[in-house]
Amino acid sequence: MSGKGYDLGLIWAFLANKSEEILELTGQHIVVVIISVLIAAVMGVGAGILVWNKPTGRGFVIAVAGVILTIPSMAMLALMIPSLGLGWVPTVVALSLYSLLPIVRNTIVGLREVSPAVLESAAAMGMTPLKVMFAVQIPIAWPVILTGLRVATQLAVGIAAIAAYVAGPGMGTYIFKGLSMLGAKNALNFALTGTICVILIALVLDAFFILITRITTSRGLRD
Amino acid sequence: MIKTTSTSGVGITLENVSKSYNSSAPAAVDNFSMNINPGEFIMLVGPSGCGKTTTMKMINRIIEPTSGKIIIDGQDVLSLNPSFLRRNIGYVIQQIGLFPHMTIAENISVVPNLLGWSKDKTADRVEELLALVELDGGSFARRYPKELSGGQQQRVGVARALAADPPVMLMDEPFGATDPITREKLQLEFLRLQESMHKTIVFVTHDFDEALKLGDRIAVLSAGSQIVQFDTPANILSNPANEYVSSFIGQGAALKSLALIDVAQAKLLPASAATSSPHSVATFDNLRTALDRVVLAGGHPVAVLDEAERVVGAIGIEEISDALGADVRNLSPEKAV
Repeated sequence: MSGKGYDLGLIWAFLANKSEEILELTGQHIVVVIISVLIAAVMGVGAGILVWNKPTGRGFVIAVAGVILTIPSMAMLALMIPSLGLGWVPTVVALSLYSLLPIVRNTIVGLREVSPAVLESAAAMGMTPLKVMFAVQIPIAWPVILTGLRVATQLAVGIAAIAAYVAGPGMGTYIFKGLSMLGAKNALNFALTGTICVILIALVLDAFFILITRITTSRGLRD
Repeated sequence: MIKTTSTSGVGITLENVSKSYNSSAPAAVDNFSMNINPGEFIMLVGPSGCGKTTTMKMINRIIEPTSGKIIIDGQDVLSLNPSFLRRNIGYVIQQIGLFPHMTIAENISVVPNLLGWSKDKTADRVEELLALVELDGGSFARRYPKELSGGQQQRVGVARALAADPPVMLMDEPFGATDPITREKLQLEFLRLQESMHKTIVFVTHDFDEALKLGDRIAVLSAGSQIVQFDTPANILSNPANEYVSSFIGQGAALKSLALIDVAQAKLLPASAATSSPHSVATFDNLRTALDRVVLAGGHPVAVLDEAERVVGAIGIEEISDALGADVRNLSPEKAV
């Protein structure tokens, strides 16, 4: 096949040629997302536990997390360069901040959805407040909290692609490379490979969450 | 029904207990004092918002009193750690509040686990309690709350409250959300349980008929949890303190009184007085049932049978009326409304 059209045969050669690098970048992408979401989970679930029953605190935390999410990712990453430099650190910090909103919001919603009668019963049985939280309230809110983590993960997978802008890890490297050499022979190959890999990573991580939800949700809570 | 050894009740004293949420508003509970004897079944009856539930919830400190003293078995409740205190007080509420993520067995095991019972002891106790509330068989232990009917869930609620065999039970309209037939059944079952357990029970309801059926003594409350009358069901029916109490009793005080008296307590006619009608009544039935049978028999006396179904006498309208006692019969018509 020749002419102006894109030769599909070329991308197979490209993939075969670059397979090692593609695998490495994919691995980096997954790792940076997992680290960021884990950090956001600790902060978000923690903040949710602290403020779920305090209207002012609750409003404040959700507002802050919401404002962070409105900052354009490119701008956020650029703003971090002076203090955090390039590479993994600004990437993880930025992704953690972006992941915060879905996690903290779902944690608060989940904790608030637990029936007051159930919480009163738990306290009246003689559970300490800490025990009520960790043995009753969080387990019941768990599916909702997990959904927050799942949304945060999807968000982070997408935004992580931008991290290549600050020389961060992951598949964004290919996308940016492709964009910067537009018109060159492999430009489209780079951009396409990067994009498709990001989509695949998102799908795989989502499937992983479905599995985790299935395993860790009590049968008594499933529909 | 399984016979089980159980811890019987202890005394509870409330001294000038008050609860106010807002210094400008009238207190939800205003200077409430009450002495409850060990093993007594106390009903707090009143309209919604009168503070009856608040009063009950201060006993296990789900609501902290603003002032006053609460003493259970000689111990000042306010000086104890609330979580430890509550492990010795059973608690059943209308919304049941089972833990949806735990199986029935896990729900019942909550307090035994908090008390650090061994696995074997807890498992034995769960089995015993499920039998006690008639949920044995059908693998109830491994099911989840959502898989049970409302009535079954409330049985689990009662079992969970009884798990560590507490001497005191607090119950807030526990059977209020169930249909009338299930409610009646749960009430009777619980009454039978209490006959062998002798727990000290504080039971909140707005249903005066429920109070009559269950309580050893009934406290009729008005706004601010003020005790208008605190007496046995029979005495309240025969001597309502005022209009307010009468309005609570509602229609048919005499009929309600009859339901509290067994046929065995009435003076019977000789067996020969019974008509040949097929209707009869047992000595352990109440006089309301007897009246029902007498009416069915055309107003003539019916045979009274003992537990072995032998005819031991007969009962008619006059005997029923006599057993009611002078108090109720002498009520002025408007007082008996």
